[in-house]
Order: sequence, then structure tokens, then C-alpha cells
Amino acid sequence: MAEEKKETKEAEKEEAVEEKEAGKKEKAEEERIEAGEQKIYKQVKSIVFSVFSPKMIKKMASAKIVTPELYDKEGYPVDGGLMDIRLGVIDPGLKCKTCGSKLKECIGHFGYIELARPIIHINFVSIISNLIRCTCRECGRILIPKDKIKKCNLELDRVEKERGIEERRDKVKDIISNLKTINKCPYCKARQQKITLDKPTTFFENEKRLSPIEVRSRLERIPDEDCFLFGLNPEHVRPEWLVLTILPIPPVTIRPSITLESGERSEDDLTHKLGDIVRINQRLFENINAGAPEIIIEDLWDLLQYHITTFFDNNIAQLPPARHRSGQPLKTITERIKSKEGRIRHNLAGKRTNFSARTVISPDPMLDLNEVGVPKVIAMKLTIPERVNEWNINYLKKFVEKGSTKYPGANYIIRPDGKKKKITEETKEASLEEIQPGYIVERHLMDGDLALFNRQPSLHRMSMMCHRVRVLPALTLRLNPAVCHPYNADFDGDEMNLHIPQTEESRAEAEILMEVQTQLISPRYGLSVIGCVQDAISGNYLLTKELNLTRNEAVDLLAAIGIDDFSKLPRKENISGKEVISVLIPEDFNFTGRARSCIADSCKGCENWVGDKCKNDSRVIIKEGKLISGIMDRALLGEGSGLLLRNIHKKYGKKFTIDILGKLFRLGIEVLLKVGFTTAISDTDLPEEAKAEIKETLNKAEKEVDELINLYYNNKLEAFPGKTLRETLELKILEVLNKARNTTGALVAQHSDLKSHTKIMADSGARGNLLNLAQMAACVGQQAMRGKRIEKGYRERTLSSFKKGDLSPEAHGFIRNGFKSGLEPWEFFFGSMTGRDSLMDTALRTPKSGYLYRRLANAMQDLKVEYDNTVRDASKRIIQFSYGEDGVDVSKSENGIINVKRIIKSTLS
Amino acid sequence: MNMIDQYEDKLPKSIIAKLRENIPKGTSDSKIKQILENTVKEYNEARVEAGECVGVISAESIGEPGTQMTLNTFHFAGVAEMNVTMGLPRIIEILDGRENLQTPMMEIYLKKPYSEGKNIRDLALSIKETTLKEIAFEFLLNMAQGVIEIKLNSEKMKELGITDVFLSKAISSQIKGYSTRTTKDSLILMSKGKEESLNEIYRNKEKIKDMYIKGVKGISQVLPVKRLDEYIIITAGSNLVEILQLPEVDKERTITNNIFEIANVLGVEAARQAIINEVFKVIESQGLNVDMRHIMLVADIICSSGLVKGITRYGVVSEKSSVLARASFETPIKHIINAALVGEVDYLNSVVENVMLNQPIPAGTGLPNLVTKVKK
Repeated sequence: MAEEKKETKEAEKEEAVEEKEAGKKEKAEEERIEAGEQKIYKQVKSIVFSVFSPKMIKKMASAKIVTPELYDKEGYPVDGGLMDIRLGVIDPGLKCKTCGSKLKECIGHFGYIELARPIIHINFVSIISNLIRCTCRECGRILIPKDKIKKCNLELDRVEKERGIEERRDKVKDIISNLKTINKCPYCKARQQKITLDKPTTFFENEKRLSPIEVRSRLERIPDEDCFLFGLNPEHVRPEWLVLTILPIPPVTIRPSITLESGERSEDDLTHKLGDIVRINQRLFENINAGAPEIIIEDLWDLLQYHITTFFDNNIAQLPPARHRSGQPLKTITERIKSKEGRIRHNLAGKRTNFSARTVISPDPMLDLNEVGVPKVIAMKLTIPERVNEWNINYLKKFVEKGSTKYPGANYIIRPDGKKKKITEETKEASLEEIQPGYIVERHLMDGDLALFNRQPSLHRMSMMCHRVRVLPALTLRLNPAVCHPYNADFDGDEMNLHIPQTEESRAEAEILMEVQTQLISPRYGLSVIGCVQDAISGNYLLTKELNLTRNEAVDLLAAIGIDDFSKLPRKENISGKEVISVLIPEDFNFTGRARSCIADSCKGCENWVGDKCKNDSRVIIKEGKLISGIMDRALLGEGSGLLLRNIHKKYGKKFTIDILGKLFRLGIEVLLKVGFTTAISDTDLPEEAKAEIKETLNKAEKEVDELINLYYNNKLEAFPGKTLRETLELKILEVLNKARNTTGALVAQHSDLKSHTKIMADSGARGNLLNLAQMAACVGQQAMRGKRIEKGYRERTLSSFKKGDLSPEAHGFIRNGFKSGLEPWEFFFGSMTGRDSLMDTALRTPKSGYLYRRLANAMQDLKVEYDNTVRDASKRIIQFSYGEDGVDVSKSENGIINVKRIIKSTLS
Repeated sequence: MNMIDQYEDKLPKSIIAKLRENIPKGTSDSKIKQILENTVKEYNEARVEAGECVGVISAESIGEPGTQMTLNTFHFAGVAEMNVTMGLPRIIEILDGRENLQTPMMEIYLKKPYSEGKNIRDLALSIKETTLKEIAFEFLLNMAQGVIEIKLNSEKMKELGITDVFLSKAISSQIKGYSTRTTKDSLILMSKGKEESLNEIYRNKEKIKDMYIKGVKGISQVLPVKRLDEYIIITAGSNLVEILQLPEVDKERTITNNIFEIANVLGVEAARQAIINEVFKVIESQGLNVDMRHIMLVADIICSSGLVKGITRYGVVSEKSSVLARASFETPIKHIINAALVGEVDYLNSVVENVMLNQPIPAGTGLPNLVTKVKK
């Protein structure tokens, strides 16, 4: 009779398994006949969920379990025991008595035990309770008059049609909740008693206990047509099946035992639990047959109920969880399915894979953007299967000849019948002889093979891209630093994963859909996600800003980045940096843009526009492939903004873009190699008069704050609307102090050495900003927590070194020193407070945003664009009539739009 | 220019509008045609392809910058503004479809004379919800006689325009069993008839403290602000229904940040737009760049059933047709059991189920099918 959740799940699995099995058989058949042809797999079309009937359980079972013993003296599974080999095999060497196959081939078979007395299934308690409460205790009809039943049914069908099955469930709840108060059966006029549920599984009728036998007999009386009103489908579930009379025993293959080092066997949690159930069940049988007193039988019955309940779910609120002898709770069926580590999320929705590698990453700018450096050790472990045919047999034989220990060799050959054979020094010769068309050789990874490269957390699709393998010495995976951004990788010990696609289909998809150059434009905002970073930006900035080279130096530079055609280099002895960079740009490329230093919307009326030139040289003009004016910095080359790159991509395509990007990147680095680039403490040196000026500013600000505080104490401060006086004071103080810090920042910027490397980095956008410089050189500024000055600490003061009620800047986290001059102890302490605050912020944010992401992904994963351009979900409901209202793919747009202005301009000119 | 009209079925409205705006006057017809042709070409190149998993892309586009947002709940938008939840908590709040917000807020625009600053302060104060405890100094209990005496702050009352008569009327209409009497700056509530237990009278005193006197319920703070060149009122707390009924209010521009109120008063379409606006506001304030289309898709799925449903196991996810897809999200046991009771069928139409069964997913390159005869 009874049914289980697990069962239901098994039922579903079963069906899938059946299908698959069929597929497998067919596959095997075919392989024998036409070796190695494409296999045809069956496909699962649908899965029906239902509750097992007792009959069905018996029918599908291959053994009846009668004894709690597991093994006999020889260690051989006992017949009729829980490890019965009719349930499948987990020991090597044994054969399954049911299907005759060996370990790993046999998927296992169910058994069953007959329960001495019926037991209520814990997961169905609530529906059982509804059923017996809302049906007549005498005749079993639902407590709704005949004329209303039809109406209710119609209503339910309507709801399901309009709102879906979940809404129907709610509606059923509505209908049922109204029935609990009815106390007279409209059919047989019997009076109804009050039924209560004593959690977890005991029912009472007017204080009198209802045994599961009674419950079951009441459920049996409910007619099929009334079941619908409870949301049950009698085809799949008869109410009485919800009370177990037969318990299915899961196959041993899902509860394998582990052999410890000592040779002892350690059984799975489920086996333990089942052992308890069988033992108690036997005892109950014996006692009933011996005619034991009712009390003993009841006790045993309750015990059996407990064991079966915890077999399904060991986390019931009212029951103590079943434990190991060590005290650790057993992991039973519910715990196996549930949660992140459970079957569904861990094994079904996520899977493990072979042909993958993981190790530490390190940078190598000499690699192309779409390459990945793979250590030789890894390349000799990961393989690519290549099928032998007449034309490549000699090529593949070379790999086999080298064996698995020499690179580039091969590790396995696969015969047409699917047998794998390892290539070792000994078998090498034999394999070489044996090989012929139809065989598959698993050869080592070589340059140019495709590989998927991934770094967790994989938050967007650029977290997994396809690279081409470059086998290199040493032991780390290497990548071009320009692709760090999409992976969000750095080299402080990050590890990344590498996967090798094994079939032609997967390689084709990887190459066409996932290779780095296809992922240049972010689907999030339609701009480049890959651009120059760090040194590459500083280098190009320096080059275009001020460098003048001799012809030899220029040729050196270009040669170093792999350019051998110098015809674009002007024929003169002194060559400017702009002319060097122009060599990379194609001759028909035109572009105007603005560098970071540009401050206005247009050059007209801009204060930096002197004569017909920009003082900061921030107007970038490229005409026919020549950089005429302007400085290349982050606004043009970097990720995100990189407008120059976006335009090149539009005009010349992806392949060309990553090519030129790689060259620009290397150029930047080569330039820095030539010039020398570092950062030094002397970068933060300031002239004496600047120091004095800064001191002056800060003193003035502090004085100003003092005045404000005085005003406050004298009640002369005017409150902002909606704020108290104190809040107003805080706001005003913050304003003054922030202004002071900004002034010092401006002073530092004004007085610092323009040629200092720190300044160059900040100006080019490579790293850091002027604020960082000011913090080092002059003044760290106000430390804020939650948008306010620091207030926490002791009573009425932040630290014990201050007076109570001190409102001055320094007592509330204003750090007036710079990092170079060093902080006072209290200042350091305030700094560490905010530092810790932001650390906590990050630590708390990660799981929160992770959960948000998971929910979003789960809710939206089946939205896709249909062939009619509508966006629909899995059940074909229309979500949008046209994606994003205009059907434009963001990753093919320019910052989310079709750039009409550009089109008009280019057409008209 | 009527050349452009001919392209209305080939290009989306937004692009047509932009073309109209940007094509310089006096451009020859042939040039316009050329421009249009080029635009159509670029547009067609930029179209989404069928089978594209736009849902996943949107989820990624919102989820990924989520890791970069600050958790800091409050932020200051200038000196005179109110504190508003921003950053990740606000996004979570919106997408969860929560009805009770951490910081509900309204921006009330006003009609002509008021928007120029006429009586703006009084108007603002009249909107604010006033409770008894705000205009009282203290509440005294006289146990022996069952009397509650409330010492009133007459200054404050004057400011808010509350008279004694108004006050006693307001109170007596809300509490039964007491007679009210006003003396000079105090209000006395006397229990009528039967003796009341100490507990009860104490409870009543506490109840009276929060009694609503005047204003709009739910508006706890008001702040008249000059925005651009008109005065508006920013409030903490929100009550769209009642605010829109005030005659001084400009009904077209007044807005709340509570999406449920918008859905109830103005309908789902308005709620959808409100979700888009609110999410976009947060993302923009964090200096992140997320395309509008992703936010639109999220808003669309939240509102697609006609009600505002959060992206939670009770909301959007519970509406999926596939049992396995629901089970793979949260509470798998519940979903499998319920499915078994009804005999639900999972037709494997969406992504996760097929991943579970090791089958190609019906999206992207898994979408096209090949129909062929297989030799037996």
C-alpha cells in the first residue's frame, strides 16, 4: 500500500532509467554491428509523478526482505537480508541475481517488506488529516452536498486552466478549510466527531486514539469522485495508499557499504535505519502471532512508526532524530535529497566532469588574448580523441609511438567496440600494430587545441571562455592580463579551471560561441569588457603624451610586439610616440574621441582650448589611420569605456580587434620597459610652501568646525527642515571637513611633480586616483561609518583619550595626517574601524547577492527568444512581445543602442 | 521626411524617432533613403537570435553587479534629503516583492499656486500623520477613578491647527466607553460606568498614545523641498490612495516608491514601470552600467501574471509548470510530494529538467531539431 516520497522520486527515476536502459541496450546492439557509428539515444519526453500502490511495490520488487541480518559468517550477503544480491551488487566479483550483471552495470532493484501493522507516512500526514476530517466517518463521502460538488469541480478546473496548478492547490485548501466545521454528513446524516492531529503522526477522535488501521479503513471508503476535490487524482493516488502496509526497500546500490582500512564494513545510514525497521517489524509479527498483550503490541507499533518516520525524514520537529552510536544524526532520505549538498542540487542540476584541470594562474602578456598557457604536465594528462582514418593514420601513429611518457604522445587507444587500452612502454608496440581506421587515439593536448577556461564564481557568461592551448614549461596556467577583467582574476594565488571539449560538436560550439573574441562586448552594457589594463595603459599614455624616439628605438619597440612591417613608420630620424602607435592602426580608420583629461562637452568655449589645440591634448583625432592629436588613456583603451576599441570592433570585426588589442597591450608594456616605471615615496613629496598651505587649510577648517560647535552650544544654529539641531550640526561639520579634504587634494594635485609615476598612473587611469595621492601626501580625511562621523565607543566619547562630549573633528574620526607622515594612535584606530566596517560589508554582501543571483537565475532560466521574436517562458507564455521592446541584442549594440548619429554621419560624409 | 514613414514596419519606434530627430533638414531624399537602408542593415545585424537565453543573460547582468554594490543601507543625497534604502538591500526589496518597505517614501508634486511655494509648510504639515503622543506632554493615569489625563502641548496644537473640540471628537470616535472632557491644556478621559481593571485601563492608555488625530495615515515625516524651480513635498512613509485624493496634489507626477501601492492604485502596467524606474535608480546611483532591457525583462516576469509577484519560492518560481524545475530551486520534497498526489506530468520543457536527465536543453543550439528516419 503505501507510498513514499522517496518512492515517488524513485518512480520518476525509474521511468527515466527504464528509458535510458532501453537506449543503452540499443546502443550496445548497434556497436557490435556497425562499429563506432553514431549512436542513437532515446529521449525522455515526460515524467509522471505518482504514488506507488502496494500492488505496484510488490510487482516491481525483486525480493522480500525478512531478516535484519546482513551477511553470513563468510561475509556473503544473506538471502532475504537487506544486502540481498537480488537487490543489486556492490561487491566486485558478485553477480546480481536479478539481472545477472556485474558491479557498476547493475543499477539495483527494489525489494519490499510487509509491515505487520499499517504505518502512516510522515510526508502525507497533512493530506491524510484533511481527508479524514472532511469526509464522513460513516459513509466516507466528502462533506459537501451533492449539488455543490459539481460546482466546486468546475471552479477548480477553471482555476487550473487560468492560473496553473499551484493556484488550484490554493483553491483546494480554501474549499477544504470550510468543511472542517460541518458536523453532519449531508448524505447519511451521521454526526461527525472532532478529529485532531497530535504531531507528528497520531490522530485522535474526541480524545480517543485512531489507529492507522482505522485511518486506513476510512480512507478506503472515500469514493474516487470525491478525491478530486481534495486535489488527488485517484488514477495515481488512492487515499488509502497514503498509509503504508508495504514498505519498498531501496536497492543496495543507493546505500553502498564502505570497507574500512581495517577490513571492517561500515554500512550506510539507510541500511542501519532499514535494519531497525526490519527488526522491529519482525518482533511485532512475532508478538502478534504469540497473542501478546495489547500494550506491548502498541508500544512496538509506535516504535515501528518512529523508525519508518525517521527513515523518511530525520528532522521532524517533535521527534528526536535517530542517531549513530557516536551521536551524529543519521542522514536519511529527505536529507539526501534536500539542500545544496542534496541529490537534486549537487548531483542532478550540477555534475562532475572529466578532462579538466585546475591550478594557479599567472600572467603572460606575450600570449595572445585568446590563448591559454598550459603546463606540459597537464598537457600530457589531458587528451583529445582523434578517430583514425586512412589519411591521418600515419600522423596519429606518431603519437602512439611516443607513448604516454613523452610529449606529444598519446595515453589511450579505443577500439571500435569501445574498449579502452592504455598505452604504456610495454604495450606501445602492440598498440602501434593494432591501430587501424575506426580506432580512436587519445592524444596529448597540443598547441592550437580548444579549451574552456573558467574562474569561479561564474557570475556571467564571460566567466567561461574558449581559449587556444599553448603548451608551455612550468606549472601554472598562463593567461594574458587583458582578459583578467572578464574573469575578475588576479594573480595573488587565484586558481582557474580548464576543460577540454571531447567531441566535434562541442568544439564547434566552443569555437563559434565561446572564444574570447566573440565575448568582447558585454551583454550587460554593450561595451567592451576586455581592454588594456594597468601598465599597458600607463605605457600607451606615456608613449602618446611625451615620448620622442629615434628611428632605431621605434623599430625596436615595434619589433618587440611582433610587427615586422615598418612601411607605415615615417621616414625620418626622430619619431614621436603618436607616430609609433599609428603604425598599429589600419589606414582607413577615422575616429574622434576624448581622453580622460577632457573637462567639457565640446571644445567650443572650453577653457583648455587655446588656439586650435587642447592644452591637455585630450582631443583624440585619428585620421586615415594616423593619430593626429590626443593622448591614449583609459577612456580609449580601457575596458568598459574603451570607445576606440568599440569602433574598431564595429568596423574591422572581432578577430582584428583582439589582434590590435594584444599589440597595443604589449606596446604599452614594452614602452615601460624602455622608459622604466615604478612608484616611489618621493612621488608624494611636496614643496615646503605646499605643506604650509595644506596645514593652513586644515587649521582653518578645524576652526570653522569649532565655530559651528559654539553656535550649536549657544543654540544659534539654524536647523535644516526635518532635522534636529544635532543632526544639522553633524551635516555641517561633515560638509566643512569634506571641503577641506578636497581643497588639500587640489593643492596636492597642483604641487605634485607632473612627471612622477604615481601621478602618471592616476592621470592615465591605470591605477589609483588623485585622492589616493592626496591621502598619502597630505591628509587622509574624515572616516565615515554609515554615512556619519564615528560615534561609537565609550559613553559620550569615541576613545578614552578624549573629553566627554567632545565634538571636535579629531575626536570623531578626522585624520588630518597623511599616510606618509604617519598617523596618530587615535587616527590609526579610527582608520582601522572603517577598514573593518568595509570588510564586514563585503563579507555580508557576498552571500546576499549570491542568493539574489540564484533566485533570479532560477526564475528566468527558461526565458528565451522564440522564432517569432517573442520572449516566452517554458510553458510558452508570452513575457515580452519583442525582446527589450525593440528586439536588439545588447551584446551586438553600442552601449545598448543602435548608434543612429554615427550612421547618419558616415552616410552623409 | 515621409520617406521615414515607409520604414515604420522595418524599424522599431525608438529608432525611427531618433532618426527623425537627427537627420539634418534639407537632406536629399536619396541620402535619407541611404541612411535608412544602412540603419535597417545595422538593426538587422543587431537583432537577437531565436533561441537566445535572454532570461539567463538578464539574471547575470543584474546578479553580477550585485556583488559590487554596497550594502550600506543609508545614503545621503545631499544635505536636505531623506534617508532612503539604497544599494543591494533595496534591489532585494524590490525583487522580493515585499509589501512593507524599509523606507517608504513619496514625492508629492503640487498644482500651480502651491508648487510656487504658497502655504507649502502648512500644506506639508497637514499631510503628516499626527498621533496623540506628538501633541501631548504626558499621559497620567488615575487608577482610583479610572481616569486618563492627557497634558496637551498647546503650542504644538496651534502649529498643527488642532482645536480642543476637534481633538476630543477625534478621540471619542475612536475609543469606546470613555467620555471626554477638556480643561485648560489637558484632556480628560473618564471611563463610563463599570469599573475597569487596572490592566485594561493601562492598555487603553498605551493605545491612546498612538491614536490617529489628523493628516494622512502612514506619512511619518514631511519635507518641503525646492526641486528645479518648483516646490515639492518629500515624505517618509507612503499612502498613495489618500494623497492622490487631495485637491492640491498634481496627480500625474506624484509618485511613491512602494510598488504594491502603485499596483493597487494605478494597475500592473504602472507597477512594471515603477519597478524598472526603481531598480534603474539604484543601479545608476551605484555607478554601474546595466542595460535597460535586462531590468525590463525582470520587471516583466514579475508582473506577467497580472499581479506583482516576487522572485521567491512563493512568487515567480512557484508558477513554473515543471515539477523538477520547482524542486531544484527550494523545498524539493514539498514539490515532489504535491506532484505525486495530483499525478502531475513534467513535460521537460525547460532547462534544469533536461540538465538533470543529461539531455540537450531546448534553448540556444539545443533548440533546432532534425527530423529524420532511422533505419531499423
